Amino acid sequence: MKNIFAIADHETRRIFVSPLAWSILGISQAIFGYIYAGAVIQYLRNTDTANQSVGVSDYVGTGLYGSATIILLLIMPLMTMRLFSEERKSGTLTLLFSAPVTLIEIVLGKFLGVMVFVSAMLGLLALMPAALLPAVSLDLGRLAAGLLGILLLTMAFASCGLFISSLTREPTIAAVGTFAALLLIWLLKMPANFDTPFASLFDYLSLISHYQNLITGLFDSSDVAYYLLFTALFLWLTVIRLDMERN
Amino acid sequence: MANSNSLIEARGLTRRFGPNLAVDNLSFKLAQGEILGLLGPNGAGKSTTMKMLTGNLAPSEGEVLIHGQSLRDHEVRAKQHMGYLPEQPPLYPELSVDEYLRYCAGLHGIRGRDRAAAMESAKRDCGLSDVGPRVIGNLSKGFQQRVGLAQAIIHRPSVVVLDEPTVGLDPIQIREIRKLIRDLRANHSVILSSHILPEIQAVCGRVAIISRGKLVYDAAIDELGKESTLIVGFARPPDSAELSSIGGVSKVSVQANGQMVLSLDKGADPREALVNRAVDQDWGLLELRLQSKTLEEIFVELTSGEAAAAEQQMRYEEAA
Repeated sequence: MKNIFAIADHETRRIFVSPLAWSILGISQAIFGYIYAGAVIQYLRNTDTANQSVGVSDYVGTGLYGSATIILLLIMPLMTMRLFSEERKSGTLTLLFSAPVTLIEIVLGKFLGVMVFVSAMLGLLALMPAALLPAVSLDLGRLAAGLLGILLLTMAFASCGLFISSLTREPTIAAVGTFAALLLIWLLKMPANFDTPFASLFDYLSLISHYQNLITGLFDSSDVAYYLLFTALFLWLTVIRLDMERN
Repeated sequence: MANSNSLIEARGLTRRFGPNLAVDNLSFKLAQGEILGLLGPNGAGKSTTMKMLTGNLAPSEGEVLIHGQSLRDHEVRAKQHMGYLPEQPPLYPELSVDEYLRYCAGLHGIRGRDRAAAMESAKRDCGLSDVGPRVIGNLSKGFQQRVGLAQAIIHRPSVVVLDEPTVGLDPIQIREIRKLIRDLRANHSVILSSHILPEIQAVCGRVAIISRGKLVYDAAIDELGKESTLIVGFARPPDSAELSSIGGVSKVSVQANGQMVLSLDKGADPREALVNRAVDQDWGLLELRLQSKTLEEIFVELTSGEAAAAEQQMRYEEAA
């Protein structure tokens, strides 16, 4: 357990000493802020005509968190691309393999390290709607469900990125591969609309279907289970991949 | 060196890469305080052997015992006693020396108050005390190598494995690293690989030569100079038994070209006695030559033919 934290601490430190992380953090916050401000202004304009059923949490929160997923889909491959590929390229993977730590600890440590960074980003994202708190009454449960959805979604993104990063020694290939894989799983939503016997299966497998419940404030444990299983699957695949490397 | 308490033991290590046999049934033991030099031409299997010893590569057959713990069955416990500096030091150029060593100590389970002490002593041993806050990427190659070495010894392992630790360094840095390795002997057993012969002679107490994946030589370095032979040729060669009766001659062998090779007792020089005897008995002495084997001769003898053959074979395979 302590080993996991040692690796996670190191990973977080390395993320935060790299200019890439800070620029991603800065740019993403600028975009989130832009979307948030746009949503608030739009809500203000339509306030007279707004249906009573569409509240401010709904409009601003859902709008912001909904768009955030797309930005995270673009960002996460960049954050995970270096995790293993760069270590393999620079030979530092040997340090982990020679140390008295298990492969599971290595993978969980790296995953946790990148999630610390993601949490910082999501924390800032949570603060934006919270800035409205003094003025209006928000549906905090609903916002929390949306935020939990984003957290689960990024966990899934991160685990997939971690796995693909363990396959290659070129960070850029890892980034492109992760982006392609995530987008494909996301777009399983498309064949789900066709009239085939597998429609419900595609719908279940798509990364985004389960998020739509959470963002509307509907907490269904099967959606949470989907993301947790997705994450566990890719973390497990990463462990297997690293074990293969030695054989 | 006659210490039976072996810290690391390789038993029948074998590694295949597809159809290629990189390491073939390699076995050896290393006792406390020994420095073993692993010699071999490029591509002989040195690095593969070291990767297997440190758990970076799983052997196809055989096993490694560190401190009596099998690397396969008790991986974590075995690795606690092992420090490894690969050919390319595993450094993070964006971190400072202190940050990096703190992480390495943490990886080896050294935490809290022990950590500062471990970092301090590793830095002192490797001459890094003044560069702690500096970023690794800005250090010279020699200092980076030292940081790599500090990483390998920070947890005070009983066995330190160093893969070509002086590659790419200037002569002064090489001397410093060698001194450092010699100083390590007090507390650690060291396995060192190199293809530079004088380096092995300068640092190691024992030499093992690997050629085409096989261990072809394993002896203490003190044995090297003492092993000398006398090569003699006669017009009318006497009986072998007659020659071995001369004081100092331990063994006589007759070669195909008529030359006789006399193995000598350690430190003995029977040349004068032999000449007198040859004149007395009218053997017709034609040739008399004392030869003491150097490491280089042994190395070339054991590896050159095979290496050349291997190279030839590789060329054929490439052409095919």
